[in-house]
Amino acid sequence: MTWFDVPDPFDERAGAMPVKLVVCGGFGAGKTTFVGAISEIVPITTEAPITEVSIEVDVGVVATKVATTVALDFGRISLDSGLVLYLFGTPGQARFRFAWDDVTRGAIGAVILVDSRRLHDAFPSVDFCEARNIPFVIAVNRFEGSLQHELDAVREALVLDAVIPVLDVDARSRADAKSTLIALVRHALLSSE
Amino acid sequence: MSPRDREPARGHDAPGRVRPYALVRGRTRTSRTDVTPVESIVVTTPLGSSATVALEPGDILRLCEMPYSVAEVSALLHLPIGVVRVLVADLEGDGHVRINLPAARQADGSVDRVLLERVLAGLEAL
Repeated sequence: MTWFDVPDPFDERAGAMPVKLVVCGGFGAGKTTFVGAISEIVPITTEAPITEVSIEVDVGVVATKVATTVALDFGRISLDSGLVLYLFGTPGQARFRFAWDDVTRGAIGAVILVDSRRLHDAFPSVDFCEARNIPFVIAVNRFEGSLQHELDAVREALVLDAVIPVLDVDARSRADAKSTLIALVRHALLSSE
Repeated sequence: MSPRDREPARGHDAPGRVRPYALVRGRTRTSRTDVTPVESIVVTTPLGSSATVALEPGDILRLCEMPYSVAEVSALLHLPIGVVRVLVADLEGDGHVRINLPAARQADGSVDRVLLERVLAGLEAL
């Protein structure tokens, strides 16, 4: 049987209700890794080789990254019968920012992934979510096992409201991704009161 | 490996393919008043299953015998999301597919708390 063959049309997902969370963050912050850690499908991603312009922009600690996401990438988590949670990564680089409104429309919240070595990369995502009243949590990705900034320092640097959760995560960890999403939905519930 | 994880049967570089927006005669808008969100789920109706539809709309009908989001349809069939939006709106107009729209957050920013509670419970059960 190929992927294209016709399965049971009475699959319970015929009445499937989609819900969406978005994963934002700077270039190289680990968005695709985070989505892949918890998605039930291999994240569907288009990766294109880094361009010369990007190489100039991305000198420094993440210069070793050789490819970046230039198309939508997303994963899927089937929850209880009929609920399908989609996780969409927002395109990382500034030149793809036109796509953010389209991707985030209707999202119940956002995870903003932060590379603790490049905190300032998170500013556009924080500004974007605040301007559109999208509930968000900050997930500080532990690169190479060490968190270079204390979480309180991250909160201070990003000028975050005290109610906004700031979490320490390993973007490769399913358990961390799960607890981050739970924190986000709880925060979205609180924000809606 | 589930069928969903496999590569599509053909690529976007296959010879003989027409430019994607030619499929929709250059349209990027449809009769739908709002743009279909990327996570909207497309399901082929019994009418669509029995219809004889050629080319990409037919591919969408066969794919969406299993429910897929607009984004998944785009990725699996190698069609731009804007093209998929137009094609599925046309198919919906013909009664060939149903489109399940997301309901958690309305345009006015209000959220469905019952649905959020369900999402939370579902995540905790993972």
